[in-house]
Amino acid sequence: MTDFTPFQSLLGGALIGLSAVLLMALHGRIAGMTGILTGVIPPLSPEWRWRAAFLAGAVAAPLLYQAVGGHIAFSVPVPTLALVGGGFLVGIGVHFGGGCPSGHGICGMARLSPPSVIAVATFMITAFATVFIVRHVIGG
Amino acid sequence: MNKLVSAFLIGGVFGLGIAVSGMINPAKVLNFFDIAGTWDPSLIFVMGGGLAIAFAGYRLVFRRREAPVFEPAFALPTKRAIDAELVGGAAVFGIGWGIAGFCPGGAIPALGLGYSATLIFVAAVIAGIIVARFARTRLVQPAAT
Repeated sequence: MTDFTPFQSLLGGALIGLSAVLLMALHGRIAGMTGILTGVIPPLSPEWRWRAAFLAGAVAAPLLYQAVGGHIAFSVPVPTLALVGGGFLVGIGVHFGGGCPSGHGICGMARLSPPSVIAVATFMITAFATVFIVRHVIGG
Repeated sequence: MNKLVSAFLIGGVFGLGIAVSGMINPAKVLNFFDIAGTWDPSLIFVMGGGLAIAFAGYRLVFRRREAPVFEPAFALPTKRAIDAELVGGAAVFGIGWGIAGFCPGGAIPALGLGYSATLIFVAAVIAGIIVARFARTRLVQPAAT
């Protein structure tokens, strides 16, 4: 079980949205983790520097939040094989799909981009189906 | 302000949002997808909060500014087709997300928490991206081999 956290989740979501707006206003770029991560994988994108800085900030923030007394619930309820297999599929999928929940789900949907709406609908359906199969068909 | 300092701070806002929202926690993400079991609907609120701010904020930015502060122009993704590559890629991503409980935006900030599980997942994502990039080059330009 995990706690239902509507207020923290709304606040956290608003911060994710705020970072997308700030990245557009200041850098003119989409705050999609797929594009930002891909840009720092060799062969490097010509714009790898701001992306590396963004990634460093993203990694540092939860650490800093904990250091000032914030509590972050974290638990990985799947075996290592699922992390490896799932991660590999995530990498393949975001490359061909052109984005993940941050890029398509927040930035793309906020721009009412039809491809992003289709991508989000597709990955939500397959994620719901996958969890159902893993937990209630195979695991049930 | 320096461009890289700005990107670092904006990345920090993103990472904080991921941490506070619960997107950082694979157990919470998987419970969101488990309507038939231990359902936790919190992530609807993450999406709602993020979309509301981004929708209003983007409109404000595009209305008020001709160009971003640090760059000569806005770089918006070119309109791409809704084709098999987009839908198939998104479908495969969703399967991986449902298996692992992590997405790229959730996992990168989670690296800061220092668990080996996150590192394993991120390494697998990078491997997947590299393989996909290679495969796509071969598929698009088969004559280049």
